[in-house]
Amino acid sequence: MDSVKKNTEIHPDERRIILKNADLPDYDVSIDCYLRNGGYEVMKQAFASRKPEELCQEVMDSEVRGRGGAGFPAGMKWKFLDRKSGKPIYLICNADESEPGTFKDRQIIHKDPHQLIEGMMITAFATGTAKAFIYIREEMPLGAKILEEAIEEARAKNLVGDNILGSDYSCDLIVHRGAAAYICGEETGLIESLEGKRAYPRIKPPYFPAALGLYMCPTIVNNVETLCNVVHIVEMGGKEYAKIGKPGNTGTRIWCLSGHVRNPGYFELENGKFTYGDLIYKFGGGLRDGRSLQALIPGGSSSKVLRAGERFTGKLRSGEEFNWGIEDIPLDFDGPMAAGSMSGSGAVVVIDDSVDIVEVLANINAFYAHESCGQCTPCREGSLWMKKITTRMANGGAREEDADLLASIGDQIAGRTVCAHGEACAWPTQSFVAKFRDKFIEKAKQDPEEAKKRPFRMV
Amino acid sequence: MAFDLSPETLSYIDKVIPRYPEKRSAIMMILHAIQKEKGYLSLDAQKWVAEKLEIQPIQVREVVTFYPFYREHPIGKRHIRVCRTLSCALNGSYKICDKFKKEFDTELDEISPDGRVTVEFAECLASCGTAPVAMVDDELYENLNDEQVEAICEQIKKETSAADPASADS
Repeated sequence: MDSVKKNTEIHPDERRIILKNADLPDYDVSIDCYLRNGGYEVMKQAFASRKPEELCQEVMDSEVRGRGGAGFPAGMKWKFLDRKSGKPIYLICNADESEPGTFKDRQIIHKDPHQLIEGMMITAFATGTAKAFIYIREEMPLGAKILEEAIEEARAKNLVGDNILGSDYSCDLIVHRGAAAYICGEETGLIESLEGKRAYPRIKPPYFPAALGLYMCPTIVNNVETLCNVVHIVEMGGKEYAKIGKPGNTGTRIWCLSGHVRNPGYFELENGKFTYGDLIYKFGGGLRDGRSLQALIPGGSSSKVLRAGERFTGKLRSGEEFNWGIEDIPLDFDGPMAAGSMSGSGAVVVIDDSVDIVEVLANINAFYAHESCGQCTPCREGSLWMKKITTRMANGGAREEDADLLASIGDQIAGRTVCAHGEACAWPTQSFVAKFRDKFIEKAKQDPEEAKKRPFRMV
Repeated sequence: MAFDLSPETLSYIDKVIPRYPEKRSAIMMILHAIQKEKGYLSLDAQKWVAEKLEIQPIQVREVVTFYPFYREHPIGKRHIRVCRTLSCALNGSYKICDKFKKEFDTELDEISPDGRVTVEFAECLASCGTAPVAMVDDELYENLNDEQVEAICEQIKKETSAADPASADS
């Protein structure tokens, strides 16, 4: 049987719901192991005694927000489904995990695949799905194999396929592999890709997947972690689930911590109970010896950067005033939003003072330029210009006007594209230049010969 | 030129197509299978896929040329992909990549002179917590340092034979 290395050091302050079993030393990916641990019980009860609309209501009551990046309430997404069209409904699990810094879905797929399948089959039943897909990124070949084998096991036990658990409901589940394109994480791009085309995102409106999705049929696209949450929401009841975390930020989240910390990794934490400071210092073990924090990326590399020493002030929705440093920002959906950024996919990247901040942006820009699908001119050209400028700056060719030039390009992309890749590529440049303007100006004053040496390259 | 596939790949393809509500959706899975067998996707292969799915060859090529994983030319026997993106770069992936290149005396995106490998940069492999990482074919290697890279390269050299220099580009 395929297995990946377990992370057996679990911090006592974690609240593991989704990852409850994943890292147990003797827990494996077989259906027997999942069943021994109470797996598929929730699904069996749901099929035996619950109506689909009740299950949808539980998810609505849970207030669970999508774990893929946008944080849109999953119950609402399901409610938008066009049920009057008479067309089949499709369910797609977005397992294209590719926002730089994110590696949480990898843990679920490789260590507890049946939890995802159970979540998907409950979701399929609740929404009346005719066929379900898992779109997994190409770079997880082992994950795809594990999922395919798990689905076959589930099919043999009548949990997937025709007349599931003796009911009159049938739904097949198919694993579909991507081919290394980041844009397939965008739900309409993913749908185009699943139709066998280039992953050019569709414009919304009118192409909201809930009405005009896969094959122009009503479609739900949910993230891996979101679909796993469905199992626990149905098990404990939506209202009970909503007591975990904070209002509007319910449940737990798997945070991915990487970059310049002593103890990088993933931590499943109750929303709103901790801060970014806790994540970096308590869970992540703090920075390396003799290093101090330079910048923090709070939710995947497209989220706006935070500069060490920054203060964030304002009023929360509750009316409560706040005055935070980076370390004080609550670890949930609304915290980083209030600080002018976002929690995105829960990917936190720590950057210490050992690296050149211009080079960090050049690295990020190279990613977004590579991943632009090329459909919209502002994003296709703009992302490339920003990459070229920041790469030139890193190579000793910085000019004083670069900061303004970069900001102006970024400003002309965001809001002018079919999909959010425009924002994703513009936000890093806009925020790095705004917050580290002095460093960008300084770069132009540096001796070009000295700058060319670059002992530590990132681009 | 006739284009042939092994019976295993053919039977896989015939199994995978009816899984989808529409034939064309099977294209990516078919391309994966063919690339796995042949090493790359030739124009003949693309024509074959077009006929199989009853679409135009250009519709296949649009897909092949859009997705970074599909390639129209052969690569070395082993495919080394070093993650280039932020968390790996912060942890020295550029140096790791240099080390791979040096071990096989090769440049990025080229077949090494001994024909054994092609070293490429990949964008985020979604294993940022164990940076820097690289993939060799389907295998993920984590927390890489120079010694591990040497060991991986040693292993590859043991498992593959060097190409005859005269036929290196055949």
